Amino acid sequence: MSVAVERSPFARIASDFAASRLALSGLAVLALILLAAIAAPLISPQNPYDLAQLDIMDSKIPPGGVSADGMRFWLGSDDQGRDMLSAIFYGLRISLGVGVLSTLAALAIGLVIGLTAAWFGGWVETVIMRLVDIQLSFPSILIALVLLAVLGQGVDKIVIALVAVQWAYYARTVRGAALVERNKEYVEAAQCLALPTRRILFHHVLPNCLPPLIVIATVQVAHAIALEATLSFLGLGMPITSPSLGLLIANGFTHLLSGKYWISFFPGLALLVTIVAINLVGDQLRDVLNPRLQK
Amino acid sequence: MPVLAVENLKTHYFTRAGVVKAVDDVSFKVDSGKVLGLVGESGSGKSVTGFSIMGLVDPPGRIVAGRIVLEGHDLRARSDDAMRRLRGDRIAMIFQDPMMTLNPVLRIDTQMIETVLAHRPSSRSAARDLARAALGRVGIPAPDERLEAYPHQLSGGMRQRVAIAIALLNDPRVIIADEPTTALDVTIQAQILYEMQKLARETGAALIWITHDLSVVAGLADEVCVMYAGRVVESGPTESLLDGPLHPYTAGLIASIPSRNQRGKPLAQIPGMTPSLLRLKPGCAFRERCARADGACMNAPEITRPTTVRTLRCFHPLVTQPTVDHLL
Amino acid sequence: MIVFIIRRLLQSVVALLIMSVLIFVGVYAIGNPVDILINPQADQIEIARVTAALGLDQPLWVQYWEFLKHALSGNLGRSFAQNVPAMQLILERMPATVELALCAMVIAVALGIPLGLVAGMKPDSWYSKTIMAGSILGFSLPTFWVGLVLIMVFSVMLGWLPSTGRGQTTLLFGVPVSFLNWDGLTHLAMPALNLALFKLSLLIRLTRAGTREAMLQDYVKFARAKGLPMRRVVLVHVLKNIMIPIVTVIGLEFGSVIAFAIVTESIFAWPGMGKLLIDSINVLDRPVIVAYVLIIVFMFVLINLVVDLLYSALDPRVRLSEMTA
Repeated sequence: MSVAVERSPFARIASDFAASRLALSGLAVLALILLAAIAAPLISPQNPYDLAQLDIMDSKIPPGGVSADGMRFWLGSDDQGRDMLSAIFYGLRISLGVGVLSTLAALAIGLVIGLTAAWFGGWVETVIMRLVDIQLSFPSILIALVLLAVLGQGVDKIVIALVAVQWAYYARTVRGAALVERNKEYVEAAQCLALPTRRILFHHVLPNCLPPLIVIATVQVAHAIALEATLSFLGLGMPITSPSLGLLIANGFTHLLSGKYWISFFPGLALLVTIVAINLVGDQLRDVLNPRLQK
Repeated sequence: MPVLAVENLKTHYFTRAGVVKAVDDVSFKVDSGKVLGLVGESGSGKSVTGFSIMGLVDPPGRIVAGRIVLEGHDLRARSDDAMRRLRGDRIAMIFQDPMMTLNPVLRIDTQMIETVLAHRPSSRSAARDLARAALGRVGIPAPDERLEAYPHQLSGGMRQRVAIAIALLNDPRVIIADEPTTALDVTIQAQILYEMQKLARETGAALIWITHDLSVVAGLADEVCVMYAGRVVESGPTESLLDGPLHPYTAGLIASIPSRNQRGKPLAQIPGMTPSLLRLKPGCAFRERCARADGACMNAPEITRPTTVRTLRCFHPLVTQPTVDHLL
Repeated sequence: MIVFIIRRLLQSVVALLIMSVLIFVGVYAIGNPVDILINPQADQIEIARVTAALGLDQPLWVQYWEFLKHALSGNLGRSFAQNVPAMQLILERMPATVELALCAMVIAVALGIPLGLVAGMKPDSWYSKTIMAGSILGFSLPTFWVGLVLIMVFSVMLGWLPSTGRGQTTLLFGVPVSFLNWDGLTHLAMPALNLALFKLSLLIRLTRAGTREAMLQDYVKFARAKGLPMRRVVLVHVLKNIMIPIVTVIGLEFGSVIAFAIVTESIFAWPGMGKLLIDSINVLDRPVIVAYVLIIVFMFVLINLVVDLLYSALDPRVRLSEMTA
């Protein structure tokens, strides 16, 4: 009789994940995008925000065209003469940066609040969860819009708005998972051993809450990026000094009707590919990490 | 001529992990008005046999060999649509858990009337009358109220009676009952057993009773078919089989019935576990749990007929020359 | 049943009251209510007058009471930009938004449920996988980008549909609607489709998941064992079971559609509440913003209430247990 070889959970997750070619390609695309965003200043043909490098004579050149001093605009140029390709790389940087940052912050806050609710129970839990429920029953865009209307513009305000929109989702997930864990015997055992609460929470309960969190965080990054893009498009998001993909799209909107589609279309495509890649990865992660779907 | 004859049926499931031979050479026949008990542990293939007869084996499974002859016609030769028309009409099936088999959001009368209307043109009121009559036949009081109810408003025993009534609606020739009393209270079990036996005799339908419980079969069935790991290992008239089992597995099953064991003594068990159908070893499937196995058992035994009414699949039966020869 | 309705109504009223307190706190207690409610271009005398008129110098709970009274009578301040009551502005624009939202929901439901059913019945078929891939695209694409592409293709390149505005409207029971005339329809087509896409994808995924789960249930096997045609099994047995959670989702998503209309209205210059909100935010017309929030909150609570009642009416298990509760 053969004995099944024990694999580490990570190896199992990795191989299960790789079972879907679609998800793997999503992951590959995502890796490429991340690389491009991080290395933006290095790989861009031009720094689109250095006014010294721009020439208004180069404006609105279609894709493939050439600038006055011989630089090729692979994806065309916008109304200020900026190279779209470079603008997209920089824009990816900002979009991804804001998305990931706000997700991580919301994750941290939601984690703490959710654990608190689950651990202390009683009226603390009830109050917290009611707040979470109320917040989650409203669409995120509405909350973000109203917050920005009150707070005004600026990168930090946007991050605050994005965090405010997302924390509730994490709090609810963490609390649910933590409740399941809290009722398990090992927690009771740890309590009998008089281990400090903090230790129980962080060393024992937390690791078991991670799988659903990872799945949600992945998909939420996409959601945050899309939300930021939407807000920027509406004129309430990133300021013109640090344009995300959303703002780039907004800038090009007016030129759409006169046929200069590339100013809006390519940033839009970049945004689209990023979000789809993240969603593909998140979908597969969810299937892989879901214990109920384990065969 | 028997109403239903299953000959060398093989139903295999082609899964990613391998081929599961859920039913691997099963043969039996049932006559009109008689009850056949199909007995086996879970995983023995008895439910899949029932589904195979009904034509309800879904991918990745399919019937790969054998004949299923209903009133002289081979069912495997029938088209999907022809099979559908037979189901619920000439062959009916009763499942194990009536809470799950009755649709929770539809009323009882809806679920009964649609069964009638699916098989013959009729008016709703005529179908309703049939439904009411069927409920009366299975001993449900105040049938009109029950017709307007939803499944969750009835007790477990009542729900199963409704399922039985649905099976009887179109006067089928064969009824397959898949562990219908397992999910019920013991007292209700006895009632339903008795009523089903009576109904089978009255309507002349052939009843196939699938169960893991030999004691149920003892009082109910005319013939018994014992299955193990997808194969029939022994069959014969009930009394003859229970009094004089030939296959070691059958003997083990009989010995482990609680009422046959002495109080205070440990319950007799068959050592070992049922084999996984995915990793079935060659030879007799019962080999590893059998005290009588030897080298010859490395080859799979074929079905033999030690008497005119008994079949056996074993190289080392308990009685080599059975003298008991009941003719029923 | 009546007890249940009354109980839910009371819960809704409580929720509304709580929300009104929150909004009140947000407007009056955080930041300077003078800035929010009084036109920044007013002079000192005007500021003093309005402060007294709005009772901004009164203790907080008096102000809340006044706020509540005003809100209930529909007085939510006057728009800075247009100097008409904020409530009136919003109500004028509401039919456009509601019509857009309704159209979008109709498209999403009419396409989403059948597609989801088909995908769920045979989850491993090629068309099921295509539908699912499409649905991933559908909810990944940001709404505004889809709107852009739609305009690019149908207005600029093909010239078939107009890209902005509402076009002609006809009166239906005194309310202007677009779908009753051809010009209005061409203007309605793209915005409605744009708004519908996200919900459509959601519904497809939901229906498919529900169908897939339902098809594995014993009652489906039993229905087939009774010899029922597949059409009836799916359209009656399966559909009735999955409709309950789906209807709940549809109801709750309707509120979200109204919110998302903000984006669609901005892109297509559709004269609805959403566009009004964006314009107001851009010119800092705060009374309108406050009024919008209040009205939206009210709508949400109302929708939640209706969905709850609908759910209990549809699921016999809930309905009958509520009756005995």
